[in-house]
Amino acid sequence: MSFIGPSGCGKTTLLRVIADLEQATDGVISVNDMTPNEARRKRAYGYVFQAPALYPWRTIERNVGLPLEIMGFGATERARRIQLNLDLVNLNGFEKKFPWQLSGGMQQRVSIARALAFDPKLLLMDEPFGALDEIVRDKLNQQLLELWGRTRKTVVFVTHSIPEAVFLSSRIVVMSPRPGRIIDVIETNFPKNRTLDIRETPEFLQVAHRVREGLRQGHSYDD
Amino acid sequence: MTLVATASRPSLPAALAAGSTLPVAIIVLITIVIWYAAAVPMNKVLTQPLIDAAGGGLLNTLSISWSLPRPVLPAPHQVLAELWNTVFTVEPWRPRSLLYHCWVTLSSTLLGFVLGTILGVALAIAIIHVKALNRSLLPWIIASQTIPILAIAPMIIVVLGSIGLTGLLPKSLISMYLCFFPVTIGMVKGLTSPDPMQLDLMRTYNASTSQVLWKLRWPSAVPFLFTSLKVAIAIALVGAIVAELPTGAQAGIGARLLNGSYYGQTQQIWGALVAAAVMSSGLVWLVGFIERRVARAMGAET
Repeated sequence: MSFIGPSGCGKTTLLRVIADLEQATDGVISVNDMTPNEARRKRAYGYVFQAPALYPWRTIERNVGLPLEIMGFGATERARRIQLNLDLVNLNGFEKKFPWQLSGGMQQRVSIARALAFDPKLLLMDEPFGALDEIVRDKLNQQLLELWGRTRKTVVFVTHSIPEAVFLSSRIVVMSPRPGRIIDVIETNFPKNRTLDIRETPEFLQVAHRVREGLRQGHSYDD
Repeated sequence: MTLVATASRPSLPAALAAGSTLPVAIIVLITIVIWYAAAVPMNKVLTQPLIDAAGGGLLNTLSISWSLPRPVLPAPHQVLAELWNTVFTVEPWRPRSLLYHCWVTLSSTLLGFVLGTILGVALAIAIIHVKALNRSLLPWIIASQTIPILAIAPMIIVVLGSIGLTGLLPKSLISMYLCFFPVTIGMVKGLTSPDPMQLDLMRTYNASTSQVLWKLRWPSAVPFLFTSLKVAIAIALVGAIVAELPTGAQAGIGARLLNGSYYGQTQQIWGALVAAAVMSSGLVWLVGFIERRVARAMGAET
């Protein structure tokens, strides 16, 4: 599921409210039948930020192991999960490296592995690929889709890229700024094992068009 | 993937020419020349009659100015001779040995440094966690440093002496008093240096305050800690020396300075000053050395 909208429409804020990093001023948010605060206390979600936010003094494996240390996993279980999740993001062999020795895309994959390490039901991603170039972004989109296929997590994905939203999502929520409103909710029906090639198909372009229309409706670029 | 560039070491003459050895040598040379030159007018009060008696002349002036037994300003070679005599010709455990006095001062410096670091870190941790302390404690901490140490040192020594504390501990406490300050200031800055995203991450894990402290704030503060420690260890030494002055201490660099000035033994004073400078540089270097080791273990780009 993706939230898409221009900057300032509150999509990051919404994600932060879901994550209990900020308080809603009004209304009720339910996260898998829990309040955001309960969900955070139960460690029900993994959060991927706009930047990798790796701790530079920790090696890759110890960065992935950070949530496990905090949640009190034993050393053998930690090692198993670190390996498993580094496999998932194709970063085998980088265990002993420090973050600065990895490219931006690799660092963001480490942060995804870190978010998955404690096996949360929900993955919250706040423009995780926003700072990366298009080539890397395409590759990571493909990998994230495969990852999603394998882990079957619920992913809440915030983006301002139309192709990214359409490609990754089974449901797209289009938002408008000032005030933050939901303009449109679009269900997509692309095959689970889709590849980047579907972006050339008429179905894909049709959905992308509808997203673009929604964005235009909610936001006048003239103001 | 990493590219490791290993530069081959250049030959010695090339290294001398390319590196900083030459400028360093030139500065040292200029200093020595100025020092020798200054010794002539500075000692003039004492040397004038002797020079006149010897019949004047440049040669007499120089040789007499640079070889007085109790000069106002001893020449470099006289200080070196003093150092040689007090370091290499006496056993280091005798009070005549400069090394003995160095050790006395060094021991209270190190104890004071350790105490000051612990106090400084503890205060910083308290200050960043309890908002009220930031307002209530910090002004006192700053005020404590505005009082000249020379004024407060005798009081501390006397008060502690009256409750039976003498020797190493009172001196260390004065060192501590001076050196906790940079540690507190540096660590308050360091412990609050993690960026909001790194803190949010901890929050998504529902991490406890102590987990945030030890797994995020502390490692982030390490570079700040070492910067503070370099300042702290140098002023801990100053504190230990100052603490030896008003107490009539029998041993230590401070005692050497005081004795030297009582008896007009300027060479002894200069010897003690050089010893203090060497110790201070050595201690700062040591902290820097440990800093580099720690930085490497923490994955610093080298």
